[in-house]
Amino acid sequence: MREVIVLGAGMTPFGNSDQSQKEMFARAAIEAAEDARVEAKDLQALFIGNVLGGFEEGQINIAPFLAAEIGMPLTAPSARFESACASATVAIRHGVLMVASGVYDLVLVGGTERTTIMGTPLATRTFAMGSHSEYERFSGITFPGVFAMAAHLYAHKYDIPLDRLKRSMARVAVKNHHNGTMNPLAHFRKEISVETVLEGPMIADPLQLYDCCPFSDGAAALVIGAADKFKGHASKPISVAGVGQGSAGAVYAHRDITRVKAREASIKEAYRQAGIGPADVDVCELHDCFTIAEILAIEGLGFFEFGQGSDAVDRGDTALEGSIPINPSGGLKAKGHPIGATGAAQTYEIVKQLRGECGERQVDGAKIGVVDTLGGDFSTVCNLVLRRN
Amino acid sequence: MKSYPLPYTEFVKRMKSGGLTGLKCLDCSGYIIPPNAVCPECGSSHLETHSFSKNGTLRTFTVIRVGPTGFQVPYVVALAELAEGPWVMGNVVDIDPAKADMAIIGKTVSIGYRLVPNEGGEGPDEGLAFTFAIQE
Repeated sequence: MREVIVLGAGMTPFGNSDQSQKEMFARAAIEAAEDARVEAKDLQALFIGNVLGGFEEGQINIAPFLAAEIGMPLTAPSARFESACASATVAIRHGVLMVASGVYDLVLVGGTERTTIMGTPLATRTFAMGSHSEYERFSGITFPGVFAMAAHLYAHKYDIPLDRLKRSMARVAVKNHHNGTMNPLAHFRKEISVETVLEGPMIADPLQLYDCCPFSDGAAALVIGAADKFKGHASKPISVAGVGQGSAGAVYAHRDITRVKAREASIKEAYRQAGIGPADVDVCELHDCFTIAEILAIEGLGFFEFGQGSDAVDRGDTALEGSIPINPSGGLKAKGHPIGATGAAQTYEIVKQLRGECGERQVDGAKIGVVDTLGGDFSTVCNLVLRRN
Repeated sequence: MKSYPLPYTEFVKRMKSGGLTGLKCLDCSGYIIPPNAVCPECGSSHLETHSFSKNGTLRTFTVIRVGPTGFQVPYVVALAELAEGPWVMGNVVDIDPAKADMAIIGKTVSIGYRLVPNEGGEGPDEGLAFTFAIQE
């Protein structure tokens, strides 16, 4: 397999947008192409994450529209990937494998999504479509509800008083909002306190409003290529050192939902390909759709022992200046969560971190970064390991 | 596998006649509910239908305060472990959602079902949800 590098990255501001998914993606894609110093006509394929375009804008089969929008050639295949919130990372992994295997030399990958146009009732209904449509859906389960059940099970399993766990969860939100204040593209750029979280309205016990990421609009894109063809072309090439993707079934089939089996399978493969372990990682963007989700993820990725994640948060180990900085971008929590674009935005942040271009939220000397994106109710996890050469 | 071992429509029909029917793996003796095309434990497609006991233990829960279109909040969603081993998702019934707290984890529950009209959603006109009644 050939070495694959990221040549360029682009991203729109995240938040509420009055622009269409195509318009947002065009901006991110053209920025990525300019950053990579390549022309759209030279891009050989487009793989894009987009989850709910049909519900949001009445637009399906969006990929060829995006390719045409930015002037890609007729000969370039384009396809939309749908793996719920992990869609963009799955699309990126697909592009990486296509370049690694020699099918293409230069590919555009990314994601676009305009969730806010749906309004909360439709968004809640469509997000719940990630649950098993026959055997879970009619319980009225919601996306926050699944993670709420994980939080209760975590407190019970590890014998942590719920009040104490909730304070640790709140510290995840406080940390990610703090990081978000330093990210000009973030949806939320304001500090919050533990009290802000604990005083918020209840969404799904024990998750309160500030335990949950927002619905956002946005797009992000990356140009990836074969290192042997383009290494001298990019000013600061970042290598894709490893990729992984795991698949699991329904929530009920997981049984103990404090352990995300798809993540454990995915990251093991990504670390193996990269020839590293969790102790080698300098910075990580992971799937903090809910505060408890970040605690489960820092354990599942191997940064902390199972059951020790909330203590690690309390100690500040995951802060910018901690032993393993998590979500310097602000994460889904503060940067925002345009579902089909999220994985591309996480990858954008890691690329910028490894290039040393993140200003006041820069993790000093970061050389190895991990992307972790979860899709649906623990059913898909996709990971990337990126490295600065 | 000649055909899907216990299709959803057949599963619902059996629940409506008072049973809780799932599958048993003839190779590893594992119990499977809701049905699956093959045994999730060993991959075998040598499965037979099996009548489950309807007894379980509540493992975790949440109270939904913001729900999808058509669901009246608040209500309790939970995961219960059946006596035979598998876990299922459902609603804790006969409990005031305001009183659902950590103390209900570990309680013995009896498994039932309710039919839920599908108001404005995709798919069939009605769906099935498991119910959990806490046994004092």
